[in-house]
Amino acid sequence: MRESLAATLTIFKKDLRSEMRTRYALNALLMFVITTLSIILFSIGNENVSPELLSGVLWIIIFFSTMSGLSRTFVSEEERGTVMTLHLIAKPLSIYFGKLLFNLLLLGGLNIFTVLLYLLFVSGFTVLNYSIFVTTIILGTLGLASGSTIIAAIIAKANTKGTLYPVLSFPILLPLLLTVINATKLSVSGAQFSESFGEFQILISYLVVLTAISFLLFEYIWKE
Amino acid sequence: MLLKLLLGLWLTLIIIAGFSFPITETPTNWYDLPFVPGLEDKARIIFFHVPMAWVTTLAFIISLIYGIKYLAKKEIDHDLISSSSAGLGLMFCILATVTGSLWAKFTWGSFWNWDPRETSIFVLLLIYGAYFALRSAIEGEEKKATLSAVYAIIAGITVPFFIFIMPRIVEGLHPNEAIVSKGKISMNRTMLVIFLSSLSGFTALFFWILNLRVRTERLEHKQSLKGD
Amino acid sequence: MNEIIFKTEGLAKTFNRRKIFKDISFELKENSSLAITGKNGSGKSTLLKILSGILSPTRGSIEMNIGGKIIRHDSYFKKLGLVSPYLQLYDEFTGQENLELFRDIRGIEATDNYIEDLLKLFKLWERRDDFVRTYSSGMKQRLKYAFALLHNPSILLLDEPRSNLDAEGIETVYKIMEEQKKRGILIVATNDSEDIEHCEQLIDLNKQETSGK
Repeated sequence: MRESLAATLTIFKKDLRSEMRTRYALNALLMFVITTLSIILFSIGNENVSPELLSGVLWIIIFFSTMSGLSRTFVSEEERGTVMTLHLIAKPLSIYFGKLLFNLLLLGGLNIFTVLLYLLFVSGFTVLNYSIFVTTIILGTLGLASGSTIIAAIIAKANTKGTLYPVLSFPILLPLLLTVINATKLSVSGAQFSESFGEFQILISYLVVLTAISFLLFEYIWKE
Repeated sequence: MLLKLLLGLWLTLIIIAGFSFPITETPTNWYDLPFVPGLEDKARIIFFHVPMAWVTTLAFIISLIYGIKYLAKKEIDHDLISSSSAGLGLMFCILATVTGSLWAKFTWGSFWNWDPRETSIFVLLLIYGAYFALRSAIEGEEKKATLSAVYAIIAGITVPFFIFIMPRIVEGLHPNEAIVSKGKISMNRTMLVIFLSSLSGFTALFFWILNLRVRTERLEHKQSLKGD
Repeated sequence: MNEIIFKTEGLAKTFNRRKIFKDISFELKENSSLAITGKNGSGKSTLLKILSGILSPTRGSIEMNIGGKIIRHDSYFKKLGLVSPYLQLYDEFTGQENLELFRDIRGIEATDNYIEDLLKLFKLWERRDDFVRTYSSGMKQRLKYAFALLHNPSILLLDEPRSNLDAEGIETVYKIMEEQKKRGILIVATNDSEDIEHCEQLIDLNKQETSGK
């Protein structure tokens, strides 16, 4: 157990170091967010858009940036042929959790960046209850990382990786997306923290269920 | 052969009865159907739409069960059943979506309203679509079988979340509240008999086509082994 | 007691309904060696992948028994080393970083001295701080040997052991093969007659029978 944990952390560190050196995912992701956000700002112009609608738009940016970058961690191993090397040095579960941790960090950083830009530049978007908003971002990031990591492991084995990723992820992530959008709407409409308990319960159970099923099924994906 | 003819006859009778039996406010004759306020003649959809939605779900569950069996035993035959069932499920899912959507146009005024039921069938449609997109993108039969089974399980596990999520987002328009109100079913006996016959008829139809598909797939499988 | 037994029973692999091989059975004890030969596409590499636990066989079973204990399939990687043309190391890390990384992920006690020894043995010590992407194919092959030997495996599997190596490199490989036979089990997939001479048993995948030579 302790051995697997150490392997998990080392794989996480390896991916982190590799990302720092190659910047495979990071630069493209940051540019993706900036590009998308500026398109949205252009199209809003001087219109008055309700904060409720803007809550949905925020998660559209987050969803598509996730789809453009989070498959990297598995796809790059597959494309470079280093999958076999990983097979020969660690158990599947250490690999899965190492990759999950890396994706979590990547998505966490990305979402902080996105949310800060969004709060700064989208003038119609004012959060009235920050405790709901921050909790939603945290739980949303956790669930999104969990769902998109296991799908990334699947599409890494397929031929048309890029287009397949959002196609496979969307039905899986839809319960999460609907709930975080709902909770974000609550945060901009000035609801009390306790009013969003229902949403948080769904987000937490989604995270637990999805991570547990990934844990159980990853070995089947990994070992051909 | 006889079973096939009987099934054909059975479904023909259901279609005739479903379309032609009159709807009256006070059913007296054995063939009279009850009047449901707000639905009128449009209530007839229940004989066709509901069985299709039911078969869609059934096909998904069968596909899921055989997917799990495949992962446990790695018998390619289980994948054959799983994917055949999913294929039929996709067909019935499209039929259920189209019939439901047509009906919605005449009752609620538009083809699509994001009613919770509409959303869940839409999600099933997406899952079926993604499942086949995945299958066609993987080379190697065993890999295809394994990964699509894994995907079906993950997708299947997220579906129940909609039961909790949808009521928070939109209010239901679906008429099951009108027909099944407070546990009391407002169908009369004739309507119930036709409905249940149709449900069993379409289920039998599904299993018959599934059986045909699985048998042809098995033959193709054998053929390709011989050609080696 | 630290005896090693590695045996297979009726291994078969089909891919896309096509049989690659069937009925591979052998039993290897400590200090023995096996050569696997066969035409291109006869499944030599696939068989090695199955033996090292990367692929699962369609039928049949593998058993690894070390010191009277049966090793679980998901722990095979701790006991065996594999060198194969399909293996790729991390391009964006240096040779030394690669080895340190593998040591840390495996969680083994290989000292820095041991890594130094391996790098020197395979003539990579001078280039230890260069990125692997700048290595020649021969240097990459030598680094793969260092990777496979890092954890002193009980079973060493070599797929085309000579590929990309010069005379001096081949010399080193033969030395390693001899040492491996003293320490454990050696399995080589090759069609080269000189390689085969280093092994006691032979399986020809085109004929599919085990024979003592």
